[in-house]
Amino acid sequence: MPSTLGLEACSSDKEQNMAELLKVENLKTQFHTESGVVKAVDGISYYIDEREIIGLVGESGCGKSVSQLSVMQLISTPGKIVGGEVIFEGKDLLKYKTHGPEMRSVRGAKIAMIFQEPMTSLNPVLTVNQQLTEMLELHLKMSKKAARGRAIELLGMVGIPDAQNRIDDYPHQFSGGMRQRVMIAMALSCSPKILIADEPTTALDVTTQAQLLELMKDMVERLQTSLVIVTHNLGVVARYAQRIYIMYAGRIVEAGTTKDIFGKPRHPYTIGLLKCIPRLDEEEGRKLVPIKGLPPNLINMPPTCAFLPRCSYKVGRCSKEPWPPLKNLHGQHYVSCYANTEVKDK
Amino acid sequence: MSPRQDETILEARELKMYFPVTRGLLQRKVADVKAVDGVTFKIRRGETLGLVGESGCGKTTIGRCVLRLYQPTAGQILFEGEDISPLPESKMRRIRCNMSLIFQDPYSSLDPRQSAGSIVGEPLKIHQWVSSRSEYNDRVEQLFRLVGLDPSMSGRFPHEFSGGQRQRIGVARALACEPSLIVCDEPISALDVSIQAQIINLLEELQEGIKGLTYLFIAHDLSVVRHISDRVAVMYLGHIVEITRSRELYENPLHPYTKALLSAVPIADPFVEEKRERIILKGEVPTPLNPPSGCSFHPRCFMATPECSQVVPPLRDVGGDHEVACIRV
Repeated sequence: MPSTLGLEACSSDKEQNMAELLKVENLKTQFHTESGVVKAVDGISYYIDEREIIGLVGESGCGKSVSQLSVMQLISTPGKIVGGEVIFEGKDLLKYKTHGPEMRSVRGAKIAMIFQEPMTSLNPVLTVNQQLTEMLELHLKMSKKAARGRAIELLGMVGIPDAQNRIDDYPHQFSGGMRQRVMIAMALSCSPKILIADEPTTALDVTTQAQLLELMKDMVERLQTSLVIVTHNLGVVARYAQRIYIMYAGRIVEAGTTKDIFGKPRHPYTIGLLKCIPRLDEEEGRKLVPIKGLPPNLINMPPTCAFLPRCSYKVGRCSKEPWPPLKNLHGQHYVSCYANTEVKDK
Repeated sequence: MSPRQDETILEARELKMYFPVTRGLLQRKVADVKAVDGVTFKIRRGETLGLVGESGCGKTTIGRCVLRLYQPTAGQILFEGEDISPLPESKMRRIRCNMSLIFQDPYSSLDPRQSAGSIVGEPLKIHQWVSSRSEYNDRVEQLFRLVGLDPSMSGRFPHEFSGGQRQRIGVARALACEPSLIVCDEPISALDVSIQAQIINLLEELQEGIKGLTYLFIAHDLSVVRHISDRVAVMYLGHIVEITRSRELYENPLHPYTKALLSAVPIADPFVEEKRERIILKGEVPTPLNPPSGCSFHPRCFMATPECSQVVPPLRDVGGDHEVACIRV
């Protein structure tokens, strides 16, 4: 396993972490809708080190994708980033104008993103060549010819056979898995420092999923890129991520190394998630324990913990005090909960 | 655990379903998509048979053939001992009372203009299962309770329910006429992780409560299928490549495709994941329009020999309720 797991328990010290690549502090993104303000991302903080793979896990609507789009400043009206800092290479990206030259030199070039739907995120009326070379010409100032050569090379790297000829095809001429490979080639074309993969394989078949995740892992290792995997699939992060953030209702409720999260889950939501998913290697006759209730509506949220109505560990404090802050348990393991889940569970 | 009775409720024999590909003004047939190409299996009363495979492998087509929503090209479907494949539509209605379907998408499979109560009660009217208004109302109320919905919500419309509740409505509708077989076609894949378990548990509890209720459970998620099924059939390009008890399938997979499929599913446990062997298949599933010769898996197989491209491997019994279609095992 990678060496980052061995980082000492000093992670709360801000200056100490020398390999820290991106640091997000108290990021808040809201959507102003007719029925009220949706606090999609409500003050999340996380970081990613160089060459690290982190996982951002949560159900639909928990703000995991919006948080990543906020980092890239890809939030459009009625959404708005209302607070926080995104420190990348020592500079706060949120200070840059959305369409300004500084942000443009980061977006796509230094921080790249792969979206969930390979069908809809490629432009259907442009050939793969046109879409791939655009980035190279724009960010790396390559000539048309050089860009084409590089694009063919990239397609070959991500495992598209006969890249020479296929580069002039349109997206619809590729299968779903192949389109996602094109997306990966595109995202990696400018050798980004960070690759954000937003549910990269959800729309794909099981064996294709495995192929693409392995490909992404190999590529980030080769290019020394950091990878953020945004997913609802706990298995994927268990397999690939070194650290995990669990999100619920716009906040991070638990963070830690993968072994912390799966070995000693401490937030009731994390515990609930692990108990409610079927496992391939489970004992015969195991009963799933569903999390009761529904994910909350993010409009007009009460100030108390959003998981409270579904929680089976709640204590008196929970309904009186505001959402608990993340507290450090040990090392890199943080949890946002008043209840002592350890006593009841183990 | 479901009661183990050895009586067969449904049997498919050499089932084939080809879809013609037509071209030109005269719609001449130019080829066949062999969605299901000679599939034989049995489901025992009271058990759950899982059907897994990737998209395009024909699993949904089998489900639809079983309900005779498609007229199979060839082969027999024996339901309760009777071959239903040649029956005319008029006779099928009587039989469909005993078999029903739960759909994948709880958003598009419920009529948005019909109230929940009327959605659940419609099969009762169609099959004349009830004889009076009060009997109808009682049955609808009973069905609502059975799937964990409050009967007072029966006047509401689908959009007023959450995804999980909608799927409960779909389950109630499927149960209306006390069917003995329910085809569940990806019933949970459109739901959120924390809601999926609710529906899985509901299906399991119903099977414990209703004697002889049998499921044909179609899904692409192997961990869900393993959890809910007594036996599992793995499909690849229109063929069943392996069929056995679900535990045996996980512990002792024989077909190379099953092995690859199992290893592709990540387990939510990093301690287990560290030690797992991963088989990453090359390439993608070929089109069923022009499947490879011999064993259709051979171009991607890590165990293939030249012989594999010539012989179509039959499904053969290897003992212990375990059948596999591979000449190399």
